[in-house]
This record gives sequence, structure tokens and C-alpha cells, in this order.
Amino acid sequence: MRKISLWWGSYPLTQVAVITAAIALFWLLGHNTAETMARIGITPGFDFLGRPANFEIGEAPIAFKAGDPYARAILAGLLNTLRAAVLGCVLATILGVALGVASLSGNLLLAGLVRWYVEIVRNTPLLLQLFFWISLAKSFPSPRQALSAFDSFFLTNRGVFVPGIGFHNVSAPTLWLLGGLAVAYLASVVWAWCSGCLSARRLGLATALLLGAIVLAFPLTGAGATWEIPALAGFNIRGGYNLTPEFAALLTGLVVKFSAAIAEIVRAGIQSVDRGQWEASRALGLHSGQIMRLVVLPQALRVITPLTTSSYLDLTKDSSLAVAIGYPDLVSIINTTANTTGQSLEALTLLIAIYLAINLSVSAAMNLYNRRVALRGTARA
Amino acid sequence: MTISEALDARTWRSSATVQTLKVGLFGTPLNSVITVVTVALLAWIIPPLLRWGVFDATWTGTSADCAAGSGACWAFVGAKFRFILFAFYPPALQWRPLVVMVLLLGLLVVTAQPRFWRKGLLIAWPVVVAASWILMSGTLTPPSVPSNQWGGLAVTLFVWSVCFGLATPLAILLALARRSGMGGVRTLAIVFIELMRGTPMVAILYVAMLILPMAIPGGQLIDKSVRAMIMITLFWSAYVAEVVRAGLQAIPAGQYEAAAALGLGYWRTMQLIVLPQALRLVIPGMVNLAIGFLLATSLLAVIGIFDLLNAARASATDPQWLGYYDEAYLFAALIYFVLCFGGSRYSLWLEKYLRRSDRH
Repeated sequence: MRKISLWWGSYPLTQVAVITAAIALFWLLGHNTAETMARIGITPGFDFLGRPANFEIGEAPIAFKAGDPYARAILAGLLNTLRAAVLGCVLATILGVALGVASLSGNLLLAGLVRWYVEIVRNTPLLLQLFFWISLAKSFPSPRQALSAFDSFFLTNRGVFVPGIGFHNVSAPTLWLLGGLAVAYLASVVWAWCSGCLSARRLGLATALLLGAIVLAFPLTGAGATWEIPALAGFNIRGGYNLTPEFAALLTGLVVKFSAAIAEIVRAGIQSVDRGQWEASRALGLHSGQIMRLVVLPQALRVITPLTTSSYLDLTKDSSLAVAIGYPDLVSIINTTANTTGQSLEALTLLIAIYLAINLSVSAAMNLYNRRVALRGTARA
Repeated sequence: MTISEALDARTWRSSATVQTLKVGLFGTPLNSVITVVTVALLAWIIPPLLRWGVFDATWTGTSADCAAGSGACWAFVGAKFRFILFAFYPPALQWRPLVVMVLLLGLLVVTAQPRFWRKGLLIAWPVVVAASWILMSGTLTPPSVPSNQWGGLAVTLFVWSVCFGLATPLAILLALARRSGMGGVRTLAIVFIELMRGTPMVAILYVAMLILPMAIPGGQLIDKSVRAMIMITLFWSAYVAEVVRAGLQAIPAGQYEAAAALGLGYWRTMQLIVLPQALRLVIPGMVNLAIGFLLATSLLAVIGIFDLLNAARASATDPQWLGYYDEAYLFAALIYFVLCFGGSRYSLWLEKYLRRSDRH
């Protein structure tokens, strides 16, 4: 009862008026939309998801051909978005931490160079950088004259070729088995971590078990894996992984843009730890590696984690700029869907719902992590 | 201080600089290695860039001169300068966007100085923006120019100032609603803010393109850029609201209690006591947001509006000057960089200034 009276506050009539106005506005917009849709002959609803989509997708992690249902096209787009976002977050973190540490290395030249990198990247639009990267990616020579590094990385106008693990004869049951193992591994690690009994030795043991199981599973089921290095064969390059020019440009753009943000966060985080902490640790006889690992990083992470979370969320949202350079991400597929079916309201609702779901789950996961690194007694308050 | 003392101080200072450099570059063996590697890297990267951008560049002439040269074609930027600033605005009338740009930038410079912060500015912004709109569209000074012909840097600055200007009052209301004691109003504000912040701006622009024409009565008649501006304003207001909320949270409860003791109602308390303090606290945060928003206006290119970035790109598709994308992008990047780097330096200065003036 008390809760309800608190919710209504001291001005219940004002609230009723505001809520009524919001509902009226919503109803008006909805009514107009429904009327327009009826006038141009579109039936509202999500039936279109099952209808065949008559367009091709440039690259898709799952098999897709024209004629497959729209739902599958949207799933392919979502997987493309997730692929760019996850790889982008990992690589941006690696580069960002390296740059952040470099800016604190004490070397004036290197620190100045990182400073300029950060300023230039931060003060120009991401879309402009993406346009630049895509025009660069398209201007690489053909595979026969490819620019190569160490004879294993190739830059061509058909994309970037990097070495990678190639799998053969992987049957569906093997895949399910390995997937189950990986999930069990992740679940046990997360459980151990949350209950606070995760140690380096246990983590190592679990990882060794997982790797052992994978190594054993392959020969037993007749599957094989080889380390493949791309090489010129005829007019194209074969072997390894091929990143299309669009994907390579998107990934480079996201990594460059957000590594600058993360570098700044890392620098600010490490600098936020008081000088006295360094001096006290040195007085205790710790060497610099130990000081960093045991004293400075745990405190710096309290500053770094929430800021990095919002960088990851921004990166995921900004991966939607892919639509401007022709990478078939979620936004681009939804846009095509809206234009070919006319169901733009449903398509965009789906798009916004998916992004909200991604955002909320990433922030929930990072809040969990944040609770671990935050000061005891402050995080749960 | 005698002259010799001053000279001594100077030599002491310069030798301190040398000392800092020595330690900073060659202090430890590792440091020396880093310096050598960095210098080698720079020696590898800088000369080809300099050759392309400066020594082999074509500074004046036609595209034929550029094609003959091997470096950058800055003559292209010279030829396309007007297009990048104004895009497809009728050439004879381009003084209008020029006046608008001068007005907006001038007002921005005035606003940036704390000694001009008074009520007049709050009136000047809507007046100047409205005047810019009337001038750009030519309602009072025919011939009129429809907004689908507006473009270039003028549109970037215009959209940025209009949307940021409209988003701020809306954001203050949203922030107040989010901290309101009324549960229903609070829930509405939270849902709106989180919905906007969880969605990419590109999706919001597609809503402006595809949904607004259906949802607003007579929406098909509203031009694309106006629809985009409506949605961008709503989108940005959620971000500004969060910054304003941080300021509201920093106001101690004693201020509210004192206002209540004086017999002030909710709106008087907010207007006279809370908001003046809260907004002052969040000014640096707002400047940073404004910089981010200026960069974000480039997303207008995705829905085919010829803002600065899209105009730069389109200028390289002119058959006479085909394919000088690098030069076009570099020039656009330079404009963005000057505006945003200047803005971020200003933000740092302002933060220091506000802290200093708070102490006195």
C-alpha cells in the first residue's frame, strides 16, 4: 500500500495527465501508421519473416541463398554484426591496452606519438575513417601482385588473407559434442569465479582438459584440422582465412577508433592510482611487475571496467555504420527487408529490439564482472 | 631580479628541458631501444607521406595537371572548395549559407566565453537559429530553396546547432522526470532514455526515413532532413539527459530542504536553486557531448543527406575530378579535426576555469 502511494506521489492527477498524454500520443502515431499501411495495402504483422527473400548476401557465416526466408537473412545479418562486434572488442582491447601502456612507458617520443594517434582518431568521425579504409581496401593490387608480409599475410583487392586453422570432415555430432564441452567449460569457470574459488591452477587444469578433449575428439571422429597459410594459386589466393574488403575495412575502422578510446581509459585508470601506492609497494620490496599485477591493476580496474563497458556497447552500436560501406550487417539486411517487403515498422521494431537485447545483456554481464572488481561493500549498495 | 640572474634562470630552465629529454628518450636501456625503434618506424612512414602530400603534390591547375603528377592533388580541393562547403545549394545564393555559417560560428565563439554567459545568450540562440532557417529556406527573401538542396559544412553546423539546441531543454525535462518522485513519469522517462541509448543512431535515422512519414499526419510532405532533425533531437536528448542527471545528483539534499523551508514550490526550487548549480556542474560534460554530436552528424550521409562528409565524397565523383577520394576525405577530416580538437582543448580550459572561479 505504502509502495503504491509512493509511486503515485503527491500529485496523482498530474501523473494521470502525463501518462494519458503519452498514451494519446502513442495511439495517435499508431493509428496514423495503421491507416497509412492500410492505404498502401500492407498487412501489419511478422508473417513476412517466413516468406522467401529474393536477394543475395555478400558474405554470411551461415549458408544463405536467394529464396531462403527473411528470418534466415536477418539471422545472417545478426551473426555478421556479432562477428564484427566481438572481434572488434577483442582487437580494440588488445591494441588499446598496448597503446595505453605505451603512453605511460616514460618514453617521451612514444608517448607523444600515441597522444597524436589518439587525438587524430578521436577528433574525426568514424564514418569518415570507414570511408577511408574501404577506399584503401579496394585500391589494393589484384591477388597476383598482392602486398604480402612474411609470405603469410596478403593484402589484395579481393580482401585480406591471414593464416588460420582449417577444419575438414567435421560432422554435426562432433560439432555438438565440442559445443557442449565448451559450454560446460565456460559454465564451470563462471560458476567457480562467481563463488570465488577460481585459482590459476584450476583454470589451467580445466583449459587443459578442454584442449585435450578437442585434440582427442578430432582423430576419433575422423575430422582433421591443419594450420593453413594462404598462398597464391592461379589467379587467386587459397588457404587461411579471407576477410572481404568490407569486413576488413569495418574491423580496422572499429579497432582503430575504439583502441584510441580504450587507450585513454587505460591511461586514466592507471594514473588514477595514487603515487603513494607505488612507493608503499616498493618499500615492501615488490618488483615492478608485482606492483602492477598485485597493487596497481586491481585498483585501476575499478576505474577501467565501467568505462570499457560503455566503449564495448558503443562499438557494438557503431558497427551499424557497416551499412554505409556495403558490409551486410543487421542494419543493412533489415533495411533491405523493409524496402522489399514494405514492412518497415516491423523490421525496424525487430532491429531496435535486437540491439536493446544485445546492449542489456552486455551491460548485465559487465555489471557482474564490475561487482567482482569493485570495492567490497560499495558495489552491492 | 638582475639581468644576469634572469639569464641564469633561463639557462637553468633550458638545461632542465635537455635533462628531461635525455631521461625521457635515453633514461634506461629499454627506453633507448624504444626510441630507436620509434625513430626507425617514423623514418619508414613519414618520408613517403611527405613526398605524396607535399613534394610531389599538385597545388594548382586542372585535373590533367594532377593526373600528370604522382602526389596528392590539392588543386582538387581548391576547385571543389565551394561544393564541400555548400553542396547543391544554388551557386548564386550561396551567400545565404555563408552568412548562416558565420552567424552560427560567431555565436559559438561568443558562447564559449564565460564573461558573456547571461540570459541574453539563451534568447540569442533560438533567434539566430530561427533566422538561419528563414535565410536558408528563403521564406522572406525569395527565391526559396527547399531543404533537400541544402548541403555541405553549412548543413552540418546547422543540424548540429538546431538539434543540440532543441535537445537540451527536452533533456532537462527528461532528467527531472527521471529523478521525479512520481513513479509513472519516472518510468516513462527511464524507458525513453534507455530505449534511445540502446539503439544505434543509424537505426534512429532509418526510423526518420521509413516510420515518421507513416506515423505523423501528412508526414510524407515533410522533407527528409527535417524528419532526420526531429529524430536526432529526440535521440540526443536522451544522452544530454543522462549528463544533466549526473549534475542533479551532485546537488546535496540540504539545498532542496532549504528551498522547501523558504516555501518554494517544485518548479521555483528547480529554476532558482537546483538547475543553476546542476547545469554549471555539467558544462564540461555538455561540451564533450557537443563534440561527439558534431562527429555524429556525419551519419546523415547514410540516409543520403549531403552534409560535410557526404559532400566531400560526392565531390570526388565529379567526372572532371574523378576518384580523388583521399584528398577529399583528408580535407573533410581536417575541418572536423580543427573544430573538435579546438572544442576539446576549450573543454579542458573551461574545466580549469570553472574550478578556479568556484574557489574564489
